[in-house]
Amino acid sequence: MSILSTGPVPLNGGSLTEEPKALRGIGLTKQYGGNTVLHGVDITLRAGTVLGFIGENGAGKSTLSSILAGIKSPDAGEMFLNGLPYAPTGPASALNSGVAIIHQEIKMVPRLSVAENMFLGRWPKKRGRVDTASMAEQAEAALAVLGAKINPRRPVAGLSMAAQQEIEIAKAILRDPSYVIFDEPSASLGQEETEKVLDQIRVLRDRGAGVIYISHRLDEISAIADEILCLRDGHRAMAWDTGDVSKDQMIRAMVGREFVYAHEAPQPAEPDVVLEVKNLARHGAFSDISFSVRKGEILGMSGLVGAGRTEVVRTLAGADRADAGTIVVDGKVVKISNVASAIRQGIFMVPEDRKGQGLNLGRSGGENMVLPWEKTLTPSGFVSSRTVKRVERAQAQELDIRGNLDIPVLFLSGGNQQKVLLAKWLVRKPKVLILDEPTRGVDVGAKAAIYEIVRKLAADGVAIIVVSSELEEVLGLSHRVLVMAGGQQRGILSRDEALPDRVMELSVP
Amino acid sequence: MHPYPSKKKDKTVPSTNTVGPKVEPGARANTGAGIGQEPWQTRIKQLAKNIPGPVIGLVVICIAMSLLSPYFLTPNNLINVLSQVSYIGMMAVGAALVIILGGIDLSVGSTMALSFMATAFLYKEIGLPFWLAMVCGLILGAFIGLVNGLLVTFGHVQPFIATLATMFAGAGLALYITNGNPVIGFPEWFLGLSRTRLLGIPLQVYLMLLVFVLAALWLRYRPSGRQLYAIGGNEEVARLSGISVRLAQARVYVIAGFLAALAGLAVGARLDSAQPTAGSASDLLSVIAAVVIGGASLSGGVGSMFSTFIGLLIIGVLNNGLTLLNVSPNLQPVVIGVVIVLAVISDRGNLPLKRT
Repeated sequence: MSILSTGPVPLNGGSLTEEPKALRGIGLTKQYGGNTVLHGVDITLRAGTVLGFIGENGAGKSTLSSILAGIKSPDAGEMFLNGLPYAPTGPASALNSGVAIIHQEIKMVPRLSVAENMFLGRWPKKRGRVDTASMAEQAEAALAVLGAKINPRRPVAGLSMAAQQEIEIAKAILRDPSYVIFDEPSASLGQEETEKVLDQIRVLRDRGAGVIYISHRLDEISAIADEILCLRDGHRAMAWDTGDVSKDQMIRAMVGREFVYAHEAPQPAEPDVVLEVKNLARHGAFSDISFSVRKGEILGMSGLVGAGRTEVVRTLAGADRADAGTIVVDGKVVKISNVASAIRQGIFMVPEDRKGQGLNLGRSGGENMVLPWEKTLTPSGFVSSRTVKRVERAQAQELDIRGNLDIPVLFLSGGNQQKVLLAKWLVRKPKVLILDEPTRGVDVGAKAAIYEIVRKLAADGVAIIVVSSELEEVLGLSHRVLVMAGGQQRGILSRDEALPDRVMELSVP
Repeated sequence: MHPYPSKKKDKTVPSTNTVGPKVEPGARANTGAGIGQEPWQTRIKQLAKNIPGPVIGLVVICIAMSLLSPYFLTPNNLINVLSQVSYIGMMAVGAALVIILGGIDLSVGSTMALSFMATAFLYKEIGLPFWLAMVCGLILGAFIGLVNGLLVTFGHVQPFIATLATMFAGAGLALYITNGNPVIGFPEWFLGLSRTRLLGIPLQVYLMLLVFVLAALWLRYRPSGRQLYAIGGNEEVARLSGISVRLAQARVYVIAGFLAALAGLAVGARLDSAQPTAGSASDLLSVIAAVVIGGASLSGGVGSMFSTFIGLLIIGVLNNGLTLLNVSPNLQPVVIGVVIVLAVISDRGNLPLKRT
């Protein structure tokens, strides 16, 4: 193009004006404490299309969509909105640029009206007062676009999850965004309600919006997507420019062909059954769960987030109560009504949320370790700091915890925190040890160390249940794998049967 | 917000150990090996860092008072300070336990008044022997605590609201028993609690110290006491560790009620009368102030008997000193208010500065 040219840029001359309307990310990278969860991912979301977005738990889907929606900022890479540089400073700034996200978990103020929830923080005003009439009118119009029959003046309290989902979508429509990200909207919805959401997404698309649709339900992806992007371990694993992709192909892309076991096979388990669970059920969480674990056996529990795995093991550990079913320990039927009674039976659980459920962050390593055992620590029943130190030192040596355990565990690395948590439940020898996400948020070195500990415990005759969202971890550690989906037990696979494709097939509802 | 109950909270934090994700194996060795080679200035600095803020505050206030008033630093006056705060101290022990647990007890003041009114009524009007009336009063205090505890644990009423309700009810009943009239005239031996002196110090001061020491030992060495930190720090962690959280909570409210009744005895012995309006709002606020100035956090999990005692002395010394200086009693609460804010702000500033 000549610098002398003063007229308008010729339409066919350059790509500048012809840049198709799209939200693009190039080389997006994100790290958390040395852990890279997104490795230079490229993404293009064209206006007027639906991009289906798939991947295993932890593949980086949420991170990528958070970056696009301005909730997180990338460590490297750049984004463009309709050809112009786009660097949102927060969700509000992203929304102002026309990029909205609809979260999996909807947060609304139950006492406020539907309309008020939709206008929270940016109420329309008339003469200094909130203009409730215009608010309700606009809310009604937005809901009408979706074909939702909700009175905007009623309070949100009492509305179903599906209705709240609709309100959330209507709220996004109010801002007239050009790009909308749906983060697993169907996770808490039934079949019929999901259909409705899909219809509403089609409405958005036909109005010219670009939509990212994240879901574990591959049927939905096939039904709605015009293009599909699959992430794996933070990498762009596969992309199709059509929605016409078979479920099989998608699963293969999610799991990856080059999947290899970094694990050695565990030692064979002993014949005697330690724990047997029959028809265990908890209303609204899971039903009809039956399995057994033998001495020295590692039973893996696999499934997508929300499949009910954690709920099952929490019930076994006495954290929640079962509504039906029997639990047999060493051949005797036992009643587990609280955590203390589970501990008496030798069932210990290392909970999934290290910071919220596992450790008192303000206390030292030793104080955390002795917490469940204080009453029986010494014959006299008096616990001195010397006793605590003794336990701390013994456990640190046993589990090779190299870190200062005399300071609050808050100041330890994730890996050392996890080891302290593990040590807490190994002060006494468990009969059944439940590990819920034992390596979440720990580095590779600590991970290997924790696997080593788990294998050693099994070799010592402890029956172990490992719940993990990392397929490689579950399959690599376990003798057998129980797969759950939607609160149901979908099958128990032997180590030989438990190939990633097979497990994923059972996990997908 | 000290995560540790004890005064040695910072001793073990090596300066090399930061919040970073890596805690090197060497960090541990530094703690032990480093000390011998440190120059004495650093050691003094280290030592000074380990003195809790409230202790420094108390020393500063004492020095200021002794400079301003020649009477302040006399043995008689100091003993006076102790005996003036002894009943507040007994209640503060209970309040500290409740606050460490993550709760709050607003009813201690009115429980104190009601339980001693009940004792006086049973002795004077019903004619029970005084020792029996006393025991009944103490049981009543514990019972009010039990009501609080049950409301909080099984009724799922927020502690603030549950104890607000019992505070009102208790204050009303204290007036109702004798139609608002004070009761006077108690046995000599009972008044001795306030008048008899051992080594020049009234018995009630010893009683208060005993309560502090017992509570401190309980908190430090007994599982049922140590649990309070775990529950206050994170209830879910405690529950998943097999601790019966509700039992522990109910027990602590019972203890707080019992100690309030005990404080009622101390007040009764000092005044030789049962006043239905004892245990006023300012008593309650002094109790909570002592715990808070000592560094406890109302969100629970933090606090100790030693620091509560220091907080108590700060309040006692301030009240006494300001009176000696002829400051209007109406202005004294203003000073206490300022001290509370200073204590809490300086405490909050501590943690990030020292630890990172």
